[in-house]
Amino acid sequence: MTFDEGQGYVVLATLLAPVVAMTLLLFVPGNQKTAVRWISILAGAVMLGLSTYIFVAYQVESGGDFSPIQMQLRWDWIENTAFLGEDGIQLHLGVDGISALMVLLTGIVAFAGTLASIKLDYRTKDFFILFWALVAGVYGTFFSLDLFFFFFFYELAVVPLYLLIGVWGSTRKEYGALKLTLMLVAGSVLIWIGIFAVFHEAGLGTFNLVALWEAGESGGLSENFQKTFFPCFVIGCGVLAALWPFHTWSPDGHMSAPTAVSMVHAGVLMKLGAFGIIRLGIQLLPEGAEFWMPGLMVLGTIGAVYGAVAALTQRDFKLISGYSSVSHMGYVLMGLATMNAIGITGAVLQMFSHGVMTALVFLMIGAIYDQAHTRDLKDFGGIGKVMPLWVIFYTIAGLANVGLPGLSGFTAEFHIFVGTFRTYPVAGVLAIFAAALAAAYMLRLFSIVFFGPTNPRWLNLHDITPMERMSGALLIGAIIVMGVWWAPFVERVGDTVELLPRVAS
Amino acid sequence: MRDYTIFIPEFIAAGAALGLIGLELFVPRVRKDVLAYLTFLAAIAWAVAALFYIDKDPNTFENVVRVDHFTTFFRLLAAGCVAATALMSANYLRGRTATASEYYGLLLIAGCGAVYLAAARELLTAYISLEILSFSLYILVGFIKRDIRSSEASLKYILLGAFSSATLLYGISFVYGVTGSTYYDQIAAALAERSSDTDAGIIVGFMLILAGVGFKVSAAPFHMWAPDAYEGAPLPITGFLSTLSKAGGFALFLRLFTNAFQTDAVEWRWAVAVLAAVTMVVGNLIAIQQRNMKRLVAYSSISQVGYMLVVIAALGYGDDEVGQAASSALLLHMVGYIIATLALFTALTAYYNRTGDDSIGGLRGLAETQPFLALVITVSLFSYAGLPFFAGFATKLFMFQAAYTDELVWLVVLAVINSFVSLYYYLMVMRQMYLFDPRPGLARFRVSPVLWLLGAGLLAAVVFIGVYPGPAFEGAERAAEQLFERPFETEAAAAAGAPQQHVSVP
Repeated sequence: MTFDEGQGYVVLATLLAPVVAMTLLLFVPGNQKTAVRWISILAGAVMLGLSTYIFVAYQVESGGDFSPIQMQLRWDWIENTAFLGEDGIQLHLGVDGISALMVLLTGIVAFAGTLASIKLDYRTKDFFILFWALVAGVYGTFFSLDLFFFFFFYELAVVPLYLLIGVWGSTRKEYGALKLTLMLVAGSVLIWIGIFAVFHEAGLGTFNLVALWEAGESGGLSENFQKTFFPCFVIGCGVLAALWPFHTWSPDGHMSAPTAVSMVHAGVLMKLGAFGIIRLGIQLLPEGAEFWMPGLMVLGTIGAVYGAVAALTQRDFKLISGYSSVSHMGYVLMGLATMNAIGITGAVLQMFSHGVMTALVFLMIGAIYDQAHTRDLKDFGGIGKVMPLWVIFYTIAGLANVGLPGLSGFTAEFHIFVGTFRTYPVAGVLAIFAAALAAAYMLRLFSIVFFGPTNPRWLNLHDITPMERMSGALLIGAIIVMGVWWAPFVERVGDTVELLPRVAS
Repeated sequence: MRDYTIFIPEFIAAGAALGLIGLELFVPRVRKDVLAYLTFLAAIAWAVAALFYIDKDPNTFENVVRVDHFTTFFRLLAAGCVAATALMSANYLRGRTATASEYYGLLLIAGCGAVYLAAARELLTAYISLEILSFSLYILVGFIKRDIRSSEASLKYILLGAFSSATLLYGISFVYGVTGSTYYDQIAAALAERSSDTDAGIIVGFMLILAGVGFKVSAAPFHMWAPDAYEGAPLPITGFLSTLSKAGGFALFLRLFTNAFQTDAVEWRWAVAVLAAVTMVVGNLIAIQQRNMKRLVAYSSISQVGYMLVVIAALGYGDDEVGQAASSALLLHMVGYIIATLALFTALTAYYNRTGDDSIGGLRGLAETQPFLALVITVSLFSYAGLPFFAGFATKLFMFQAAYTDELVWLVVLAVINSFVSLYYYLMVMRQMYLFDPRPGLARFRVSPVLWLLGAGLLAAVVFIGVYPGPAFEGAERAAEQLFERPFETEAAAAAGAPQQHVSVP
């Protein structure tokens, strides 16, 4: 067993951890809530540990021969049956620099989400079973190097959301849950069609993504074909990445979702969409990507500006964050659309940065909503005096959102802006305009909620619980580390991005 | 030499059917659920007997019936369906009828009918098998005599069924008229050589056969009987109707369209493609409006038939390689669909035994009162919708992938979109079960151990096929391979010695 293969088992263990947690929980009686919580905390901690290991152990380029895909592990699943040829479907796991960062993000957000949901008391067991199913889907998508399993896990990550939001949510939860599920699955329909087409066109009899990537680069997928089917993948994945104009599920879904689901959803799940665009768009159909990227740039820019403007006028905490997510995912799409190394690196960094910071925001919103049972900005005022720690945490998240130097948002957005200015200067100007708007809506929120006279209704609010402090501290740690010491992040992502097909350095 | 040994598995099943009827005749007070368990054992014996044919070479009886992997595949499927339906019926039937042996006997005989639909290599044999299956089902649907809906369903089913049989027979006579034979091999050979002035006749023949079998599998626009029959029939029989009865129809489709009619594919393939498109759209759109669970399943199974018909269309458009891959995928999908349906009906029966309610609204709060049943229903519906972890995801993906040929892109795209639409009404069921509190007065209840075990077993099977479809897929491929053996050069010569009537091509 080589070292790389040995590390492959770490990847497998990371994927299996949520599955094992899920299976264990199935056999715990529903009224043993303490046991349910401990199993979940333990599973979350294990996942965080393994994810961190994967990120740290990922070898950056240091002369010598560098292969971006590391820690591979593959098992034959089905081969030489019907239309499947050699290596038809494999459970092929591995990470490259992009997915290594995403895996780290998943570990952090999932653990933070677990800590935040510990106080949940209604059908705790069912909640965590679905929660771990979702996390398993997310990990699986990031690890999969096989198109079949990629789609398998991608769908798996979407499905539990209906129940998670419908049962444990708030504020028009049935509507939000149904809208979100139907829109996301409608997106998968496009991906599904794209998969059929790619498999048929490549004619390799295999779902192996690495082989299909090669086919995409070397002309196994004709130029016309790539141009035709690129929109299938990009719109299909774009729905999940809140690509304007397919973003409308996002604010409603966030408004309805329970805290931990909002955290994981905005924190990780939306990144699956952008990740899908990289994997299935840029890597699989490079010529299609080259042709369509200006279009994606337009949509991304509209999304970035539109989300920021919409956030300015909202009164609900979650809607502000929902629209701000649309805006930030707009940056991600802009970064991807530059097709140059610095822009795409920025997009991936932004995926991480937005993930941790938005998870922190939703954690804080959940912390106050559980006590106040309202999320209307106008109801609040002077909370700074009642919940000082809450205000500090929220402020850090908000400032990262705005892109304050020293916090993660700056690192990411800086890369994106540089990349955009190189290719589409007008879009770059608009992006900076959107960033300015972000400062406006965040400061508006701060001034209404944190300062001013304290409404006597809120005098008996408690500050955030120890679990929420731990969860928040973890996220803040990630925000600051990436803001201050970005080299490990940029190295890992950059090495992989430079090797993407048709990407200018 | 006539080889009767190839019939042994059905001798067991039919013998057991007669034995059961005799048992109740002489011991009228026998507990009715004991009969169900005996049927279960008989079906298991049937399946075990069928397993002995796995390693044997294909064998035919007078070139009329052929026992190969394809037949073995359907033997196992039929025996499994009968076994599961018998267990489901045990408690359901106990309080509702005074005599039950005919019910279980007919169940076994219907299974035999389905098997010979798959095994037949001659049109009249296939027709008779189809009638054995249908007649058994007519009686089974109307078995609860005191329930007026059951009788109504049966009557409607008989009338429309008789009409469709006549259509089928009329179609067969056209094909016979053009080709001069009812043997599949000879039909294939004759179709390859027929002159173009027989076009009209053969097209009418194909269309009538398509309509006749379309009735049996409830493809739109021949689906009108299905919702009423499903709603009125005893619950386990509704499950049986939507599994084995459809499987039998598709077995016939596969044999006919891979073998007998493939040489003339241009004449029928467009009709199958249109039929598939209409069926899936009609089934899905009407399913959205349903309030009754049985009717919902009826319409959803109509749309499932639409997806499966995509493969039959692909048989016409693709070459042998495509056809073989597509039929393997269809068989795999059928296994997943059947297991999920049986699981669904196990849960519905358990719930109905308790509450006597089969409306969708009646499932309100099931996640509180009986989480296991809610889980089983969820898993089966999600499997229908093709969500990952459950059989439907892999099997549907394979099926559509295999059927994806250049001419059928539109149909596959339509199927995928339909499969998305179906998610909506499945979610509506989920919503009742998980998002609402139970009706007041309905406390948590227990499921009988037999149904619990059956449900759990089927659930495990749905997940197994969903996660690791390999073994089932390989089995399906072995079964489908032999559909494409073209024996009409070799075997037709041997068959010439067998008794045949009128081999003159007009």
